[in-house]
Amino acid sequence: MKLRTFKGGIHPPDNKHWTSHKAIEDCPLPDELVVPLSQHIGAPSVACVEVGQHVAKGQEIGSAKGFVSVPVHASTSGEVVAIENRPHPFGTPLPAVVIKPDGEDSWSSNLQFTDPGSLTSDELIEKVRQAGVVGMGGAAFPAHVKMSPPPEKPIHTLLFNGVECEPYLTSDHRMMLEESERVLQGVALLQYVYGAERVVIGIEANKPDAIALLKKQCADAAVEILPLQVKYPQGAEKQLIFAATGREVPSGGLPMDVGVAVHNVSTAAAVTDAVMLGRPLIERVCTVTGPAIKEPKNLRIRIGMSLSHLVEVCGGLVEEPGKIILGGPMMGFTQVGLDVPVIRGSSGLLLLREEDIANSPEGPCIRCARCVQACPMNLMPTTIAAYARRDLVEETEEYCAMDCIECGSCSYVCPASIPLVQLIRHGKAAVLAKKRNALL
Amino acid sequence: MSQQLYLSSSPHVHSGETTPSVMRAVLYSLVPACGVAVYFFGIPALSVLLIATLGCLATEVVCQRLMRQPVTIADGSAAITGVLLALNLPPTSPWWLTLLGAVIAIAVGKQVYGGLGSNPFNPALVARVVLLISFPVQMTTWSAPAPLGSGLDLVTTATPLGEWKNAVMLTGAMPAEMQGSMAGYFLGNMPGCIGEVSALALLLGAGYLFYRRILTWHIPATYVGTVVLLSGAFWLINPAKYPNPVFHLVTGGLVLGAFYMATDMVTTPVSIRGMLIFGVGCGVLTVLIRLFGGYPEGVSFAILLMNAATPLIDRYTKPRTFGTARQGGSV
Ligand code: SF4
Ligand code: SF4
Repeated sequence: MKLRTFKGGIHPPDNKHWTSHKAIEDCPLPDELVVPLSQHIGAPSVACVEVGQHVAKGQEIGSAKGFVSVPVHASTSGEVVAIENRPHPFGTPLPAVVIKPDGEDSWSSNLQFTDPGSLTSDELIEKVRQAGVVGMGGAAFPAHVKMSPPPEKPIHTLLFNGVECEPYLTSDHRMMLEESERVLQGVALLQYVYGAERVVIGIEANKPDAIALLKKQCADAAVEILPLQVKYPQGAEKQLIFAATGREVPSGGLPMDVGVAVHNVSTAAAVTDAVMLGRPLIERVCTVTGPAIKEPKNLRIRIGMSLSHLVEVCGGLVEEPGKIILGGPMMGFTQVGLDVPVIRGSSGLLLLREEDIANSPEGPCIRCARCVQACPMNLMPTTIAAYARRDLVEETEEYCAMDCIECGSCSYVCPASIPLVQLIRHGKAAVLAKKRNALL
Repeated sequence: MSQQLYLSSSPHVHSGETTPSVMRAVLYSLVPACGVAVYFFGIPALSVLLIATLGCLATEVVCQRLMRQPVTIADGSAAITGVLLALNLPPTSPWWLTLLGAVIAIAVGKQVYGGLGSNPFNPALVARVVLLISFPVQMTTWSAPAPLGSGLDLVTTATPLGEWKNAVMLTGAMPAEMQGSMAGYFLGNMPGCIGEVSALALLLGAGYLFYRRILTWHIPATYVGTVVLLSGAFWLINPAKYPNPVFHLVTGGLVLGAFYMATDMVTTPVSIRGMLIFGVGCGVLTVLIRLFGGYPEGVSFAILLMNAATPLIDRYTKPRTFGTARQGGSV
């Protein structure tokens, strides 16, 4: 049977073999944890502890501000030694709570086990919010917001993203293999909240072990395990929904517009911890990999550990890295150094050597149409980029720049090495600016 | 960390396929066709190939020097234009004609528009058509193949298409002996341009480009398909006058045109629907020019006309963005 997928896309070498067979290892605690107050899409949290104060593991140290925001928690027990701006994965230094671990690693006594059967759906969502659960696939959108769709948008399909289509990354893969019970527990809890008729876990066919295991464990449950064609960006939300349901999220719309909600499989596991144990999201699995790393690993890391600590735990560097990337090679963000902390959305740390970095000089577009055929959103990247370069805002918008999901497929295939995504991002910003001005 | 770190926006990896690597692959794919041409037409063909290629490279260098731009002959595009131009010339083309063609192709066909990627017309075809109109005698002096070692000299004769056109004009019917030589035409045993002689060798090269995913089926298939269907229709109406589709396929420049000239990336549409329209358009124009036009061969004109239509086609074949309504339908 032909596996389901979407139109367009690319086949970059997946480079997952470095870590896909390696069991998750607990990363030892460092001397200092830097927990940023801004780790999610939405308003940053506000510090609610003071310098010098002792905090317990899981204690709230930053409170949410507004609905699209989540609290931040201490990743271990220890003393707050500073609340100040620190280097941040987003690029500029941002406020963070700096904790000096006391070595006890003891949980806050406020956290307790709850029987989910005794909770209403709203209480359950509140627990998820209090635990600071965000989307763990990278975008870090607060989960409780997604879990509260307006009543006029009923969710009939609940979709879990176990695709992990980014090359190199294997954290979701290992989660599904080693923590399948936590994942499936979360799946059941989320189904309870949404009351969806259909529950699907989409997994790329390059993880047959995970597919087989989950199939076995879901043999009698009403959860469908859906193997998907190996193609990037199969894990992009709209492409995943299309593959699983055959429906297209309308331009400018959200998954709930087609009755679908999507969560990452690791997010499901975090929901389990939040609801059953009352434990906040203070750790995650992060794939530390790349040709510049001596011993690539899947590490269970605490939020706030520095990248240099992770590198050390992985045996150090083979050679000086040319590029430090948080996330995968297609959509991750380059970092200015290793003194940046990992945050809730950090699914991987990728270190490339200088020679792995693509840097052929940019040439003129030869109209080869590769970008057009690769684009999963069916856009004309070459045309949008050309307009965006000349700041022709209207034309940029007319060619649907706003529908670009910035997956990078176009830049990946462009033989002229044109920075298409970068140009399109620039174009999108210009379109947004124009819209804002029109409102003023 | 002592060393320099690269900061850039995603993606951080690349397919490794670059403009020069694409162009190199196209050049490799033309090797069989050039080989066959040299086999059938000998040293004259070889010299046309060399003069055209070197001429194009030299013209590109001169133009870019004059315009104080970086010299980009290393990208391989000028070399391709040179080889393709040679394949579109008769083997007996005198050296000055070939050289003139090379200068026209690069200077007028490409550099005046701003170089690679900016030219609306296929440069090699621009040169061929300019030469055809300016030097009709030299450009239509064809010779029968004289395979290397056969001891034959190149003798002037007519192309199959030309022969047919003459016969039809004189008698209104197709010469009977032309029906039988299809296999020979296919292998390359017919008078014509250097690159028209062997459809087989061209298809071999095209196969490599398909394998490398540099060529897609859209334009060649629709082009050839349209020629077969349309010429087939005429043939069915009057088989005594019109040649059958196979004749159209294996003679003249159709294979060269459909697989190499009409698939020039720069001058053809970028959307799939656009490519299909382009291919059909080329096919229709080719048949009409061949059957009713003043020239026996219509491939070059057809492709150039469709090149002219390409911006328009691109404009009206914008792909349907994911998540937007189909024409007249819902999402
Ligand atoms: S235009 Fe946007 S959506 Fe399309 S391939 Fe490029 S980055 Fe991806
Ligand atoms: S892939 Fe690059 S060279 Fe090819 S059409 Fe797109 S922008 Fe132009």
